[in-house]
Amino acid sequence: MLRTTLGKVLTGGSLSPKRVTAVVRAASSQTGKKPEQIEVFIDDIPVKVDPGTTVLQAAAMIGIEIPRFCYHERLAVAGNCRMCLVEVEKSPKPVAACAMPVMKGWRIKTDSEMTKKAREGIMEFLLINHPLDCPICDQGGECDLQDQSMAFGSDRSRFVDIDHTGKRAVEDKDLGPLIKTVMTRCIHCTRCIRFASEVAGVDDLGTTGRGNDMQIGTYVEKMFLSELSGNVIDLCPVGALTSKPYSFTARPWEIRKIDSIDVLDAVGSNIVVSSRTGEVMRIMPRVNEEINEEWIADKSRFSYDGLKRQRLITPMLRDNTGELKPVDWEAALLTVAKQIRNAGSSIGAVAGGFADAEVLVAVKDLLNYLGSEALCTEHTFPLDGSGTDLRSSYLLNNGIAGAEEADFVLLVGTNPRFEAPLLNSRLRKAYVHNELDVALIGPKVDLRYQYQHLGDSPSILQQLANGQHEVNKKLKAAKKPLIIVGSEVLARPDGSAILAAAQKLSASTSPEEQNWRVLNVLHKVASQVAALDIGYTPGVDRIRELNPKVLLLLGADDGAIEKSDLPNDSFIIYLGHHGDHGASIADAILPGVAYTEKQATYVNTEGRAQQTLVAVSPPGRARDDWKIIRALSELLGAKLPYDNLNEIRDRLEEVAPHLTKYGEAETANYFKQAQELSKGIKTQLDNSPFDVKLKELSDYFMTDSISRASPTMAKCVQAVLKQKQSKF
Amino acid sequence: MLPTLRTITNGLKRSLGLRSIQTTSVVHHESLFVHRDTPEDNPDIPFTFTTENKKRAEAILAIYPEGHKRAAMIPLLDLAQRQHGWLPISAMHHVAEILNLPRMRVYEVATFYTMFMRKPTGKYHIQICTTTPCWLRGSDAILDTIKKNLNLEVGETSKDMQFTLSEVECLGACVNAPMVSINDDYYEDLTVQDTEEILADLKAGKKPKPGPRNGRFAAEPLGEPTSLKGEPPAAGFGIRPDL
Repeated sequence: MLRTTLGKVLTGGSLSPKRVTAVVRAASSQTGKKPEQIEVFIDDIPVKVDPGTTVLQAAAMIGIEIPRFCYHERLAVAGNCRMCLVEVEKSPKPVAACAMPVMKGWRIKTDSEMTKKAREGIMEFLLINHPLDCPICDQGGECDLQDQSMAFGSDRSRFVDIDHTGKRAVEDKDLGPLIKTVMTRCIHCTRCIRFASEVAGVDDLGTTGRGNDMQIGTYVEKMFLSELSGNVIDLCPVGALTSKPYSFTARPWEIRKIDSIDVLDAVGSNIVVSSRTGEVMRIMPRVNEEINEEWIADKSRFSYDGLKRQRLITPMLRDNTGELKPVDWEAALLTVAKQIRNAGSSIGAVAGGFADAEVLVAVKDLLNYLGSEALCTEHTFPLDGSGTDLRSSYLLNNGIAGAEEADFVLLVGTNPRFEAPLLNSRLRKAYVHNELDVALIGPKVDLRYQYQHLGDSPSILQQLANGQHEVNKKLKAAKKPLIIVGSEVLARPDGSAILAAAQKLSASTSPEEQNWRVLNVLHKVASQVAALDIGYTPGVDRIRELNPKVLLLLGADDGAIEKSDLPNDSFIIYLGHHGDHGASIADAILPGVAYTEKQATYVNTEGRAQQTLVAVSPPGRARDDWKIIRALSELLGAKLPYDNLNEIRDRLEEVAPHLTKYGEAETANYFKQAQELSKGIKTQLDNSPFDVKLKELSDYFMTDSISRASPTMAKCVQAVLKQKQSKF
Repeated sequence: MLPTLRTITNGLKRSLGLRSIQTTSVVHHESLFVHRDTPEDNPDIPFTFTTENKKRAEAILAIYPEGHKRAAMIPLLDLAQRQHGWLPISAMHHVAEILNLPRMRVYEVATFYTMFMRKPTGKYHIQICTTTPCWLRGSDAILDTIKKNLNLEVGETSKDMQFTLSEVECLGACVNAPMVSINDDYYEDLTVQDTEEILADLKAGKKPKPGPRNGRFAAEPLGEPTSLKGEPPAAGFGIRPDL
């Protein structure tokens, strides 16, 4: 089982899996080219498969689905639920399809009497101890056990013994504020244990006891706290692990599901937003092999209750007493327009982490018309060298899925575990299965896999760039090396020197494939890449120089610019959806919409344009951000030439065609040129050590205006702090 | 009889407006499979191997090849149990630390095997077999004797922490039934009197002689052999003469 190999990896024994794999590889290279495919017959349909394919996979290839509980494509095979038993001709007993590799000429019968009887038998055994509490179970309606007992179970029960022996009862576990447990419902598939151990890298779940007394849990009083913990809710085939915030709120058949995109980090995970009566009830992941596989991080999954709190629902203006007073749209827009007209070209805009491409381009068009170029993003990026002119210098060029293939990764000033949990899960996957070596320059953080900590001093990066460090050898020898630079260190005053050093270092590597991109930048916010693509200037320095009379904040809540940075008479307009830092310093508030309420374009850190869709209608008098700008432009006499979504998307396409190629990652080019330009950078690395904001799990949950407004996220922080007090 | 009684009481309760609670009578193992902090067993109680046991632990670890050190988990847990008398949670933590494994992996093993005692256990752990052969040979009488003699019920430990009584399934000494196992020793072919002697010896701090109590050396027949007395027949025995 993988768990044993995994243990070996974790113990870091000298007989590391690397050697084992090397041995295996040597063995396979002796056989020469790919081994011949073998033919098997599934329900008399011939299918050719590679040796080692399991019965279940072979059946899936021709579209025959074999029922299962414990088997999961992305987890190790456990083979303990026995639901996938099928008949194999000439085999005296049914075989477990998930664990049994096919042999040549096997005739597998997935619909025979023996198979049916086996399934009915297993189903009966499972139901002996499973409570029949579907009406009060949150999994009801989307429960594998329910569905499969309908499809494959017997039509009558022989379980008449309830008065005599009753059913097994197991005490519930406290797994934290996100996962609700009803352990009596557990059917011991061990998916959650395997997920925790293999994907999340948190070995806190396990089985205790044995036989009828076996329990899934943590044995000691310990919560299951991980940035990916919510995924066990999706994995659980029954109602043993369900979502605590969602508990008893809605049924799957009464909710409306909208495919959308997550914007709480720069990964752009694909999500499904479930809503009922105009309220977001829950958020679940959607499979996208290139981005999030089928996981999402806890912040993306559970911070939706932040969308219902601290919302800006009406336009507001600051009155003479300095208080923000609700006004109607007309008054707000007229006041804002008056201020802008008075300011002339002395106007600037700062885009925050949630700004979508539509509003970014609308604001840019408007400000350009007014004669201003002061369009900035809240998050800084070095402007020296090629700056943001060449996309190659600010994208995660090799893609998120690409990280899985890497054999050496150098992380510079980043903590991918909390900045992009799903990138980290890819790195961990490569670490476990693909003998990936990881080295890190930056603060020592817990990535849930072992890595070589090189220190947190920029001088180490300098040594590496000069080829004087021991890691240089590894980097040079690596066939698929990656250098992932965190956007946070690039925001330092010596950011350009850091990027230049990384450029130099990446030039010294020799990747095997031509299309392998060594230099990668990991952003932290969803809007950044689109903003840079459209032509925003990273960082607010330009605003500070300009001292604009009017400043437009597009959901800028991270406090990059303070009121004290601006002249006293300046007028601050906040366009956004949450009453957070930005709104508190604003003179006028124009309520925009959050990502679940708009159809909008976001570009993730690898340069992939994706769009969110409208799941619920905006609260109160909030309006689509770009429409507000469009309305404002009309009052200013600078009517923007787009009236609907299609027209503004046409404009987006004019500015940057990839912004409307949804789902495709637009790769960058001009890598050589970027490298050449970086040589001209004069900035020197300074001595202050690299630092990242998100070091521990408690830092992860509340990072932006949505998650800061979320009570669930606050509970998570509390839980982590409480766990720290615990002795376990 | 019992179900009818239950139905009647339930009916009575219902008529009085009381809700009966559904209880389950599924047989469970006597020990808990979750940890509860107690004054005797909590992670604050330090546990380390003694110097001697440290050497033993190193010897155990040396058996297993690099990369497979986790296989030493069961021997190390056993060593810890022998040192402490039973297996407290801090000992599990110590073993996890030695093997560089997540603690959960140790909990899993320690809870799976019933011979790891995870609650305070007496100096003498009396395990009486009551499986069919022993039962046929009178294990009930032996069990009663022990219960009366020590004033203990099955699963209990005496207050002076000297004796723990457990009822176990077959210990593989059916030929010497009935039997009890006290710590590492088997006491076999027991009678009520034998049992009392053994317990008296233990109470007096003496170590009774392990093995059969009826004069047998091991599992041989008592007295003369009853079968296979003659020389073994020569080759070709019992084969048809025409072959």
